Amino acid sequence: MAITMTKGQTGLTGNAAIAVAMKQINPDVCAAYPITPSTTVIEDFSSYVADGKVTTELITVESEHSAMSACIGASAAGARVMTATSAQGLALMWEMLYIASGMRLPIILTNVNRALSAPINIHCDHSDSMGARDSGWIQIYSETVQEGYDNLIQAVRIAEDERVLLPAMVCLDGFITSHAIENIALLEDEDVKKFVGEYRAQNSLLDTDKPSTYGAMTLPDVYINFKHQQSQAIARAKEVVIEVGKEFGKKFGRTYALFDAYRLEDAEAAIVILNSAAGTTKVAVDELRKQGKLVGALRPRLFRPFPFKEIADALSHVKAIAVLDRADSMSGFGGPVFNEVRSALYDADKRPKVMSRIYGLGGRDYKVKDALGVFNELQKVLETGKVETLQKYITI
Amino acid sequence: MEDKKTELPLGGIIPEGGTAHDYSTGGWRKLRPIVDKDRCTNCLICWVMCPDSAVIVEDGKMVGFDLEHCKGCGICAVECPDKVKAITMEEEG
Repeated sequence: MAITMTKGQTGLTGNAAIAVAMKQINPDVCAAYPITPSTTVIEDFSSYVADGKVTTELITVESEHSAMSACIGASAAGARVMTATSAQGLALMWEMLYIASGMRLPIILTNVNRALSAPINIHCDHSDSMGARDSGWIQIYSETVQEGYDNLIQAVRIAEDERVLLPAMVCLDGFITSHAIENIALLEDEDVKKFVGEYRAQNSLLDTDKPSTYGAMTLPDVYINFKHQQSQAIARAKEVVIEVGKEFGKKFGRTYALFDAYRLEDAEAAIVILNSAAGTTKVAVDELRKQGKLVGALRPRLFRPFPFKEIADALSHVKAIAVLDRADSMSGFGGPVFNEVRSALYDADKRPKVMSRIYGLGGRDYKVKDALGVFNELQKVLETGKVETLQKYITI
Repeated sequence: MEDKKTELPLGGIIPEGGTAHDYSTGGWRKLRPIVDKDRCTNCLICWVMCPDSAVIVEDGKMVGFDLEHCKGCGICAVECPDKVKAITMEEEG
């Protein structure tokens, strides 16, 4: 097959596109430790540093715990800070993730989704970022290379907004998105620079004229108040995500919302699914629509904060829903997205039937036939009004 | 509901210096340092070693302890030279 060039488009892998976005954002500091499948993000970016394309201080550290620690220190000093990781790397950052969010530092992290050990596996699932869902980080999930690139640029604005001031994580599927080449439209360097603007931290640890303490001890008299502040801030992030997504669309022609609803308006059955597998699901939706079946899909883009009201509103008219998780909460009660979507629908006047399906762990393929299988199950729910199997693994 | 304390600085940052002075750690003390000024040679080793800067020195002479901040750790009593031993620790009454 001939490789064709499309005007204004560039063929890039997900990781290469993320590295280009980082180059255009030109953060003050980047501290990272390589881990598959996110490695090439920093590999490409380190070339930009070496070639003088950016003015970033690149800190090569000895572990991800140190990477996030260095990011926190630099961010507290007032720098715009970025990093990237996957799986065990994110797990090793654990302790520091909570410190970054608790200290209200708008660090930007690209998480290239990969399964957590054991057994050891380098391929895609969402167990890494799902485990970090309560760490106080904003989480934005990306279906495609184009969206990963666009999301990273928007994440800077969202995290640094003075109504928010929280770290943000942009997630894309390991190998499926990170290593597959897609034709994407890059923005001009100058446009990205203007869009993200200059970061002016409210405080700086290095400002000796205005000394300040970061990470101080708080006792029962104020700890809960700081957490309350943080909780209100992440709830406010939802509005900022909407605003920034609209502004991005107005300037560059690609508008982003809290979620992506696909042929959902009149759907009776729907699949809710994150990231790249949503594309596969949409193909199944199209096939079934050709047969006259009223089916649709919803792909949450913003997962933290969870837009429970908006997602419930979009799904409340649907009669049967399958929430597909590429991670298991190991609670014996389905996956994390299932639990949140189902809970969000509790207040709906006519509650849809909702079931949990776990798919694609450790990079197991999720194919159109798998989505069709789920829609087939949903069809039975529509006919009987009953969910026979509330939760199960598929693609096994 | 808006929280009464939402005006607290973001993220637990303390936006000024020297605030440790305002925190009275003297209440933690179980043992109180007592100095015998007849034995003290004003070598100021206690002043150097005190982790809480709670040894008061005036005109180059050790004059006593800042009991608002002294936690009663006893380092001063241990570090006071053997030939002098001017500082002793006594149970707080």
